[in-house]
This record gives sequence, structure tokens and C-alpha cells, in this order.
Amino acid sequence: MTIVKPSIQPGDVTGSEHHRISGRLGGRVFAGVSTASGALILVLLAAVAIFLVARGLPALTSSAADLSARIGWFAKGQTILSYTGPLIFGSLLAGALALLIATPVAVGIALFISHYAPRRLAQGLGYVVDLLAAIPSVVFGLWGVLWLVPKLVPGFSWLHEALGALPIFQGTPSPTGRTILAVGLVLAAMILPIITAVSREVFLQTPRLHEEAALAMGATRWEMIRMAVFPFGRSGVISAAMLGLGRALGETMAVLMILSPGFSYSLALLEAAKHQTIAANIAAQFPDANPSGVSVLIATGLALFVITMAVNMTARWIVSRRKEFSGAN
Amino acid sequence: MATDAPSRPAPAVTPRASDVFEKTRGRRRFVDRLMTTLVTGAFAVAMIPLVSVAWTVGSRGLKRLNGTFLTTTMRGVFGGMDAGGIQHAIVGTLLITLAAAVISVPIGLLCAIYLVEYGHGRLAGAVTFFVDVMTGIPSIVAGLFAYALFTLLLGPGARAGIVGSVALSVLMIPVVVRSSEEMLRLVPNELREAALALGVPKWLTILKIVVRTAIAGITTGVMLAVARVIGETAPLLITVGVADSMNWNLFAGRMMTLPVYVFGQYREGLVPCANRAVTCLPTINFDRAWAAALVLILIVMGLNLIARLITRYFAPKTRR
Repeated sequence: MTIVKPSIQPGDVTGSEHHRISGRLGGRVFAGVSTASGALILVLLAAVAIFLVARGLPALTSSAADLSARIGWFAKGQTILSYTGPLIFGSLLAGALALLIATPVAVGIALFISHYAPRRLAQGLGYVVDLLAAIPSVVFGLWGVLWLVPKLVPGFSWLHEALGALPIFQGTPSPTGRTILAVGLVLAAMILPIITAVSREVFLQTPRLHEEAALAMGATRWEMIRMAVFPFGRSGVISAAMLGLGRALGETMAVLMILSPGFSYSLALLEAAKHQTIAANIAAQFPDANPSGVSVLIATGLALFVITMAVNMTARWIVSRRKEFSGAN
Repeated sequence: MATDAPSRPAPAVTPRASDVFEKTRGRRRFVDRLMTTLVTGAFAVAMIPLVSVAWTVGSRGLKRLNGTFLTTTMRGVFGGMDAGGIQHAIVGTLLITLAAAVISVPIGLLCAIYLVEYGHGRLAGAVTFFVDVMTGIPSIVAGLFAYALFTLLLGPGARAGIVGSVALSVLMIPVVVRSSEEMLRLVPNELREAALALGVPKWLTILKIVVRTAIAGITTGVMLAVARVIGETAPLLITVGVADSMNWNLFAGRMMTLPVYVFGQYREGLVPCANRAVTCLPTINFDRAWAAALVLILIVMGLNLIARLITRYFAPKTRR
């Protein structure tokens, strides 16, 4: 075995050599710190889940009688499941309403910006829609409850008279208008920008050649959009809608300020005091809750976290799955 | 197919096909017009909430927005008194948001550097995916997390500005990562290669060449992230609480913030005034809420505007 002796002894480091060694050390430290920051994201997300589970566990494990004895607003004979159930239903209902209202409008706006508006105007119009996203939710809530909702009341009673046969419009329309339908409308305005932004990006990426081929075959503009733009952008629009749904599910202040709360599985959209969402319920009860109450609320928050994570992950998964087939590459 | 025989030049449209076109032309045109109207209408519909929010907040907020409103707190203000302001809320919002930015910018930027410059393999894939997922965390859940974390450290019921900052940074980090990553990817590879060829170590190349080239875009992204979290209400409501007086200390005691102030004033509702009380304004709480909402919107819009200006004037000219 032969050992090659290093020609330079550790003691005599030349200037440039010294530089290289410190550079190597700096490089290693820098790479380590950045990698740690990347890993921290995963740790943070895991920590959110762990802390919610840890703090919600007391509520999940203690008996129903125990909870109702210790918490003022926890009705007798209720379990944590029967308490969370209507809240989940309310959140999903509000999110679904917002999505139903917002998605067609958002797709329309995205098309208008990408394919209808004059090119010079398009970018400016995009900024204008993005401004909607800049309005804080508490301002939307204030505007919704003091300005919009009073104006909706006549519309709600008209809906009840005209379409009262449908189960969703049955029941006495609330005279205050603070119903889940009003919440859905305001939430729709709030999620409009994100759905628009993502759809617009996808529509703009439609291959030029597909569009021109369609037009050259004699298609009208709408037919071109149906044949070239929509097939290309479908997965993008679906994931945009899911992202919007995630936003709507977690939205707190607008719901808290507008909705008059109640706990039930009612589908009557025009009745007040029938629904409540998880997020708004947490914000309403948390400031005055005792430790047991906090634990119950955190358990409901855990449910919200799981639901929104599932929705968001599905949205991301759709994007990544469709990417291979969309022709974008 | 329009061709009958390969030898003859094909007519553009065979008589049969043109017949089909002729028959459906009216309907197709109608549908096209209809969709143009609908699509334009969709844009008009979206303008309703925007214009109406801007108009309502602007006109109702201006009634009460003046120097006194900006420079007084709510200390000793009660009932329908024609007094009170948002100084404490502005200070609270600035301190909490600043602390959130101090926490999130280094982490977010370093994470973006990792993803662009070092990341490969499963860790990078996981980080990319979960950053996307993290942008979807509901703000109230971030608040609950910060609350749970700090009850562990400080004991139950602790309310302090820094708890709110942590909650906000959970929301802010993914936004910073996303935007910084996008900006770092825009830096041309030739710059990196040139620096490396000159013998500059990789980490110095990243710090002095890549980050410096992208700094305008990164700053814009950070400003937009700040603008996004500065209006967050729910996490602050449950972690920082409400206060009527000034509190400069992030680490002790409740603080007021602008969004929570708006909500708090709204919740106070109308003041029942005695019949002849001259100094009692029944709508004073709503007036204050509108004025504070106006200030909040102005701050957010200002941040957005500055961010756009930074991109316009300081972006490197090398792109494209």
C-alpha cells in the first residue's frame, strides 16, 4: 500500500489556497442553511398539524357530559361530532355556493382578458381584477353587512316567491338578509380574483397554432375558444376552482360579520340562523372561551385544516397529472 | 376531405361543405355574439363589487378621516362620544407586520434559493408541493397554531403581538417563497456560469450575482406578501386580542391592529343616544369602522403601488 504524501503541509497555506478553503466552508454553511430553510417548510406544516392534534385531543377524548358541563355554549347531550357536523356542512355549503357563483363569472373574465379585450388594455384589466384580491376580508365583511345585505333582501323574497317550489328557496326569507346565500355572494366576490388569475394564465398559454388553425378552418371566435382554449385549459380551470374553494372554506371575517349563526343541516338558503361555518365559529367563540372551549374549537379547526388541505392537494394533483397530457410541453 | 383526386388542385371548400356552413351560419353567428356579450358581461359583473366597495368605503370613510382620528387612541372613549382614533391600531399593525416580515423574509428567501440553486431529488419535490399546499392554509388555522405554540411556551391565555406575527408569517412564508423562486429562475444561467468560470464560489455567486440581479423582483414579491397579510383579521383576533390604548411592546400584552379595530367597531354597533344629547352620535362606531377600513385599504393599495413601481424602475434591463 502506497501512501501519496500531500505536497503541501497543513501549516503552509498560500493566499489563494486560504481563499479556497474559506470559500468551501462558506459554501457548505450556505448550502446547509438554505437546505434547512427548505426543510423548515415541511417542519412548519407538520408542526401545524401536530399542535392542532395535541391541543384538540383533550376535546376529542373527553366525554360529552364532561364537555357540556365545562363549556357554556356546548349543549347538553351533544358530542364533539354532532357539534362539528353542522359546522362542516355550513362551511361546505357556503364554499359550494361561492364556487357556483364565482366560477362561471371568473372564466368569463379570464376569457375577456385573454381573448376578447384589446391587447393594450388586457394587462391593465388584469390588474383591476387583482385589486379585488387586495381588499382585506374585514372590509368585504363591513361592506357586505352594512351596504350589500340590505339591498339583497327584496331579491331574496322575490326568489322565494318565484322559485319557492325548490327546496333551497323554501322557508321564510329572513327580513335581515343575513343568510348563507348572502355569504355565498360575498365569498364569490372574494374568490373571483384567484380563479380569474389562474384561469387567465392557462388560457394565455393555449398554443397559438391551435387557435390559428381553428380560425383558419372558419371557426368563429367562440368556436375557436371551445375547440382550442377550453380543452387545453380545462384542468387549469378545475384546479383554479379548487383553489378558490380552499379560500372560501377558510374565509372567516366576512362570514362572521354577515351570517346570523345557527346549527343545522338545513338546505334553506334564504333562512337566517340556520348555518354557521367552522372558521367563523372559531373567531366568534375563541376570545371568551375557557381552556376546554379552546380545545373544542381547535378540534373543529383541525377538521377545517384537513378539509382545506385535501382540497388544495387535489387541486395541485390535478395540475401535475394533467400537465403531461395538456400539450403545454 | 376536400380532394376528389390527387392530380387535380382541390377547391377550397366542396359544395357540400359550403352548404353545411350556409345552413348553420346564422346560428353560429348568433352563438358567437351571445358569448361575446356574456364574456364582456362577466367582466362588468366583477366590477360591481370593486367599484361599490371603493365607493362605499371612500365616501363613508372620508367623513371621519382627519388628523385627530389618525393621532388619537381609543383610551377613555365610550358611548357615542365624538372622539377616538386609530393611532394605537396603526402602530400595532405596523409592528406586528414588520415582525412577521422579519421572520418570513429570510426563511422564504433561503428556501427559494434552496429550491432554485441546490434543490433536486425528493426533498425539493416535497418542498415545492407543500409550499403550494401551505398557501392554502386558512388564516384562522394559522392563528390557532400560533396560539397553541405560545400557550406551550408562555402558559394558557397568553396574548401578545409576537404571537400574531408568528401566525402571519405562517401565511406569509409560502407567498415569499413562491415569488422569490419565480424571480430567481428568471436570472439568466449565463450570469451564473460566467461567475463560476471566474472562480467565484457558488455561494458567493448566488449572493452577489443571482440574488442581486433578482433583488427588485424579490422586493416586489415581499411587498405584495406584506400587503396580503396586513389585512388579515381572524388570526390576530384570536392571538393578539383587542386593546384601547397604545402598546409598543410586541412581547407583552394585547395590541390593537387596524383590521381588528374595524371589526371591533362594527361589533359595538349603533349607540343608543339619549333624546337631547348633543354630543352623542348614534352611528359613531360605524363611522370609525368605515374610516379605519379606508385607512387599511389605502395602506394595502399603497404597498401594491410601491411594489409595481419597484418592478418598473429597478428591474434589471437584461431580461429579454
